[in-house]
Amino acid sequence: MPFVEAIRLALQQIWVQKLKSFFTLLGVMIGVTFLIAVVSIVGGMSRYMTDQVVGKIMAVNSFELRHRPNINLGEMTEERWRELRRRPRIKESDIQPVTDALPPDVRWAAVGNDNLSAQSRYVAKPRQVNAFTVTDGYFDVKKMAPVSGRLFSPQEYERGMPVIVIGQDVANYFFPALDPVGRELVVRGIPYTVVGVMEKQGSAFGISFDKFIVAPHKSPINRYVNAHNVIDAIMIQTASREGLLSTMETVRQVMRARHHLRPSQKDDFELETSDSALEFWNKIKSYLVFAGVALPAIGLVVGAIVIMNIMLVAVAERTREIGIRKSLGARRRDIMSQFLVESATLSTVGAALGVATGFAFAKLIAAVTPLPAAVELWSVLVGIGIGAGVGIVAGVYPASRASRLDPITALRAE
Amino acid sequence: MSQDIVHDSLEAPLGSTAERQAVVGAAGAAPGQDWVIVTRGIKREYDMGGEVVRALRGVDVAIRRNEYVAIMGPSGSGKSTLMNVIGCLDTPNAGEYWLNGTQVSKMSDDALARVRNKEIGFVFQTFNLLPRASALHNVELPLVYAGVPGEERRRRAKEALERVQLGGRIDHRPNELSGGQRQRVAIARALVNNPSILLADEPTGNLDSATSEEIMKVFESLADQGQTVIMVTHEPDIAAHARRVIVLRDGMVHSDERRSTFVEKLGLPA
Ligand SMILES: Nc1ncnc2c1ncn2[C@@H]1O[C@H](COP(=O)(O)OP(=O)(O)OP(=O)(O)O)[C@@H](O)[C@H]1O
Ligand SMILES: [Mg+2]
Repeated sequence: MPFVEAIRLALQQIWVQKLKSFFTLLGVMIGVTFLIAVVSIVGGMSRYMTDQVVGKIMAVNSFELRHRPNINLGEMTEERWRELRRRPRIKESDIQPVTDALPPDVRWAAVGNDNLSAQSRYVAKPRQVNAFTVTDGYFDVKKMAPVSGRLFSPQEYERGMPVIVIGQDVANYFFPALDPVGRELVVRGIPYTVVGVMEKQGSAFGISFDKFIVAPHKSPINRYVNAHNVIDAIMIQTASREGLLSTMETVRQVMRARHHLRPSQKDDFELETSDSALEFWNKIKSYLVFAGVALPAIGLVVGAIVIMNIMLVAVAERTREIGIRKSLGARRRDIMSQFLVESATLSTVGAALGVATGFAFAKLIAAVTPLPAAVELWSVLVGIGIGAGVGIVAGVYPASRASRLDPITALRAE
Repeated sequence: MSQDIVHDSLEAPLGSTAERQAVVGAAGAAPGQDWVIVTRGIKREYDMGGEVVRALRGVDVAIRRNEYVAIMGPSGSGKSTLMNVIGCLDTPNAGEYWLNGTQVSKMSDDALARVRNKEIGFVFQTFNLLPRASALHNVELPLVYAGVPGEERRRRAKEALERVQLGGRIDHRPNELSGGQRQRVAIARALVNNPSILLADEPTGNLDSATSEEIMKVFESLADQGQTVIMVTHEPDIAAHARRVIVLRDGMVHSDERRSTFVEKLGLPA
């Protein structure tokens, strides 16, 4: 029997018994709903973590040399804490040897960072800002550009002038309804002239990335950001993803030599990439994906049993029909494929409904919670594929029973 | 070739077992070309929990192309069982069955399905139409399993329905048709794939006498057009339409005669 014919027949069969069919495919539908919902939410969170959280903190193809990891998304053992606390800081004197060892097409910047209180004459209350002191590669690596004003000139970097560029939140708070460029912001009693306002960086988990000010590394503010001669990080960016690992290795060797580490000793510094920052998230993700697969699996098994049961009933109810078809020349495989297609169609319809409700569910969760949801095409295909697969697996036994019926016995059935 | 010539060439009457066996030939030998059906010593037994029911106890029958045969006999004599064997719906426990020169008793399951599809048109007492399918779709079914493409299938099914005067009812479901019309749909379905034999097991058993006559006219005209027809019936006046009558008794052929003889015996008008 032609395939299209068989599907048409199956759909007709489903349509004739709408309510019964619906209950039959409920199990598969719920299973796929869970699958789609979990995959969408995990996928959405994953994209959020990668793009919005870590992507905002870390530049592409870059790593940071730090004494301790900056992004800590995981739990920490007592032992690890102690090890981290023993680590020496990265020094200004490390900059030269490290950057000298880098290949020529690699960009870098030294960065210091701390929260400091700032004040302007336009607003009464002082406020905390995230203050960065950077060398001249910084804006290049971060791909940050001003929306008004300018970045620092070479002389301003060289002489450590009291100039800053500021984020959108800082501009809005300290300079309400004013153009901040050319005006002053006071940090620890020293006024800094705003030369530029940077483009909006956005937020993650409700935490804004626009509460920053950036000053040249040599500017007076550095004194309050870091202790003498100490820096927080050297940010290093390679031209391509391939160059990243070898460059990290180069930097590692330089730092190990500078810290006089023996081969048996572990690194006492951190080379942090967006991947390492995402490590903890990936661990959570694998649990979530496991749950996202295990839960639907239960639904699908139940769905398969129900479908098998219903198909057995269908075969019993339609024994006469099978007899008629056989008397007219249907071979075993014709009857087999008729019932297989029917159960596969049934469960694929269930899966399709499950995909729809799964998305609705994911969107609902995205709407009422801060969790985002991303529609994953593969999960749709997998969901539908699983639906068809469950139907086929569940249909094999009933279909083969039907196909083996003796024509005369089947015709006599009532 | 007219029916009378065929019958005149028959070595009739085949009243005695010895005569019949002479016609059906020796075991294992392929029958001649014009024999559509040859059975040799067909046995069919049912094991009913220790007790063996012997429905057929050695049936020898030979039927030529273009014959119109009625099978009669008391209830339980094995008529339906024989029809099912001839229609390849049932397989005998012993004996040989040759259909169009091929031995059916040695065929695989798929080959049997193919024979049912291509060589045999079966009409049942209870019609056996798919209740939810239209008349047209019911008639299309054999063509579906023959792998005929949709367009041609519908065309041929329509033609078959027109042949039984149901051209105007193709979209009706069985429950929207009268008994006679249902049986005509079943006949159209049996004929749509041009089978070499048309089998009918009490085709008028569920119909009133007027409708029965109507159905018999259909069979008559098919037989006149050269269709081989084998029909089981209880009723002598229905059997009287056939050109040859085989009577079964206790799973054996009791008599096998041309209609003229048969009609004479019953005192029916010729
Ligand atoms: N599936 C079966 N199981 C057991 N016995 C059977 C079966 N089919 C037929 N029989 C027996 O075989 C014998 C012949 O049955 P069959 O149906 O061929 O008779 P019939 O001549 O068609 O009778 P009727 O005129 O009543 O239709 C009967 O005794 C019947 O009980
Ligand atoms: Mg019978």
